Amino acid sequence: MAPKDMSIERRTIAVLVDNEPGVLARVIGLFSGRGYNIESLTVSEVDTTRHQSRITIITSGTPQILEQIKAQLDRLVPVHAVSDLTKKGPSVERELALVKVSGKGNKRVESLRIADIFRARVVDSGLDHFIFEMTGRSDKLNVFIELMRPLGLIDVSRTGVVAISRGSTGLLN
Amino acid sequence: MAARKMTGSQLVLQALCDQGVEVIFGYPGGAVLPIYDALHQQNSLRHILVRHEQAAVHAAEGYARSTGKVGVVLVTSGPGATNAVTGLTDALMDSIPVVCLTGQVPTHLIGNDAFQEADTTGITRPCTKHNYLVKSAEDVSRIVHEAFYVARSGRPGPVVIDLPKDVLQAKANVTEGGEEIQHKSYKPRIKPDPKAIGQAIEIIAKAKRPIVYSGGGVINSGDKASRLLTRFVRILGAPCTSTLMGLGAYPASDPQFLGMLGMHGTYEANLAMYNCDVMINVGARFDDRVTGRLDEFSPNSKKIHIDIDPSSINKNVVVELPVIGDVAAVLDALLKAWAKGGHSLSQRALKQWWKSIEGWRGRECLNFESTDSVIKPQYAIQRLYELTKDRETFITTEVGQHQMWAAQYYKFEKPRHWMTSGGLGTMGYGLPAAYGVQVAHPDALVIDIAGEASIQMNIQELGTLMQYRLPVKVFIINNQWMGMVRQWQELLHGERYSQTYSESLPDFVKLAEAYGARGLRAEKPAELDGLIKEMIDHPGPVIFDCLVDQKENCFPMIPSGAAHYDMLLGPEDQAAKPVSEEGMVLV
Ligand SMILES: Cc1cc2nc3c(=O)[nH]c(=O)nc-3n(C[C@H](O)[C@H](O)[C@H](O)COP(=O)(O)OP(=O)(O)OC[C@H]3O[C@@H](n4cnc5c(N)ncnc54)[C@H](O)[C@@H]3O)c2cc1C
Ligand SMILES: Cc1ncc(C[n+]2csc(CCOP(=O)(O)OP(=O)(O)O)c2C)c(N)n1
Repeated sequence: MAPKDMSIERRTIAVLVDNEPGVLARVIGLFSGRGYNIESLTVSEVDTTRHQSRITIITSGTPQILEQIKAQLDRLVPVHAVSDLTKKGPSVERELALVKVSGKGNKRVESLRIADIFRARVVDSGLDHFIFEMTGRSDKLNVFIELMRPLGLIDVSRTGVVAISRGSTGLLN
Repeated sequence: MAARKMTGSQLVLQALCDQGVEVIFGYPGGAVLPIYDALHQQNSLRHILVRHEQAAVHAAEGYARSTGKVGVVLVTSGPGATNAVTGLTDALMDSIPVVCLTGQVPTHLIGNDAFQEADTTGITRPCTKHNYLVKSAEDVSRIVHEAFYVARSGRPGPVVIDLPKDVLQAKANVTEGGEEIQHKSYKPRIKPDPKAIGQAIEIIAKAKRPIVYSGGGVINSGDKASRLLTRFVRILGAPCTSTLMGLGAYPASDPQFLGMLGMHGTYEANLAMYNCDVMINVGARFDDRVTGRLDEFSPNSKKIHIDIDPSSINKNVVVELPVIGDVAAVLDALLKAWAKGGHSLSQRALKQWWKSIEGWRGRECLNFESTDSVIKPQYAIQRLYELTKDRETFITTEVGQHQMWAAQYYKFEKPRHWMTSGGLGTMGYGLPAAYGVQVAHPDALVIDIAGEASIQMNIQELGTLMQYRLPVKVFIINNQWMGMVRQWQELLHGERYSQTYSESLPDFVKLAEAYGARGLRAEKPAELDGLIKEMIDHPGPVIFDCLVDQKENCFPMIPSGAAHYDMLLGPEDQAAKPVSEEGMVLV
């Protein structure tokens, strides 16, 4: 019997589904019902004429569990395609965060300076607050948010990761 | 031409007729009144009124398993739908094609906690293969046809269609004829990859100690699959074992058949699995009842796994070669490739292999001690088999020791004649499943082999038997205990028999009579044959109360957490081999 690999890996999986009622509940129910991890999940309609949505899931598990996750997803009736972006080759992953920071004086100046270095944009400001918008890889967002914490971090809202493979082929091929 | 219009209810019935449905198992209520009204005004569909919605689903399962068609259920909203949940879960676990129509409150009331509202699609999402909430009468036909396609194709399973009452009453255009569905996203794989077939042949051709481990997927695939399986096994000259769900796919009386494998499988089947060098899994799913302790499961074999569902591959056991596809299509391709390549197995090696197997067979693990004073449950099933084997007989079971004894001592020669709840292990399955079979095979002998505890879980269905004159025979192996649980308490919990005595049993003979059925009771081995014959000859339903040895245990047994070679063959073994701590936490 082939030996079992017990190492835990992290994967980004893209799922193309019919945008019909309950489809997200099916996907999430699958993960909770079978005890799989979800680190991040994003969903939005990507084809309005065919009513298809794309779900991006970041999950982790042993190689055997990860294969199970993909097979189980593929088995759902409204699922068109499941693609393991991590395994398939290089891909681009992005996340967007809105970060609200409140402060005065030096702290306020410092937050703006750091935002500049991180290429975060100011999307709202008052005399004692900024809202920064930042797009990038999740680890970069993490660093930025940590730096904002001592400078008056009030609120964070993040989208979760969206991802797409590099090169000229799409999800369906 | 002006389009013809029909109500949602009529459209439902029309679509069922177009699907070739002949019978519905159901129970009425407020939300499905429009369908019941439409049913009343037609006569192509037969309706069997059950006494509990759970039974409706099991009946549909029995109907489906014995015919290969989709079973159909109709229940009302709220409690009707929630009562059906156990049956749906059972059908999902055992891959049985069922379409269940549930009533729902009108669309404008959904979400208002309206009278008899339940979130049926929410509740049944994890226990169906797929489900639908129909929002408009225009969608009814398409969804019903799609539901049948999803239920029966690929790995079969239950599908729920939730029908709000206003949708049932609204009118919509009729589309003529049964539409053949090409689903947008759901496309099961039927034909195997030729490359995988080539690789499989390569592995098989080198086998010295091969075994075929067949399962419920062979039954799902159809009668042709069973014929091909038999050919395949004979051409190889290999031994064949089967899971509980696959019994009958390969003829039990054939010398190449080793009997069932797994927790209560035969000594020879389990040891052959442990010692084989090539395992060919045909439509089985490496269930934990079968594998026992995983790290000791057939450690030195190359495994080929034929399955239509990619999620069954490498789920519990990692295999060398998956072959995705329908059993019949895969076996057909394998047989052709085998013949074309002019292959045959090493006869010397096979001879050696069979010598070992015959040695294990020589242990006669299914032997038991008979007495003249008390009926042994194994003996009762042996006699039942001998006295019914020459007829067209279908066997269903409840869940427990009697179910295992039925699997061990009743020899199934043909597929679709054995229905049992394997995956979920639902007590109360057998009686409704039996009349589901009887409805489809009115002239056959249909027997539910039951336990006295299980039978009480759907005993109300005796009423259904009487109403439709369905001559089902309920053969109760009455040991006055929830025997299977009692056996585990004996083995694992120091003989502390907590809550497993079947207290306050009804007099089953009188109970039968109360319903207008025939009641029979056997207490001594000598009277068994005569009474069984009387049961068979009685033209109506019978309850047969067979009083058996109360303390008999079911052997062989691989205690949970143990390996295939660690079988308990009888009471002496049980005393000698205590169960591990790890095993104690397993079910
Ligand atoms: C008290 C009790 C004790 C039990 N003890 C045992 C025991 O000792 N031994 C035993 O074997 N079982 C036992 N069981 C049953 C056990 O729990 C499982 O239900 C059973 O082992 C599963 O059988 P299977 O592997 O054939 O799978 P099934 O549940 O029948 O699944 C069929 C498999 O075939 C695939 N398939 C379906 N259709 C097709 C097709 N057309 N083509 C290809 N593949 C297809 C499916 O994807 C699935 O993987 C017991 C149950 C109970 C309640
Ligand atoms: C609905 C349900 N509840 C509980 C169980 C657990 N269970 C498994 S076997 C069994 C006892 C069955 O007793 P009986 O029907 O008398 O059969 P026996 O084992 O004695 O042959 C029980 C309670 C189950 N399988 N199903």
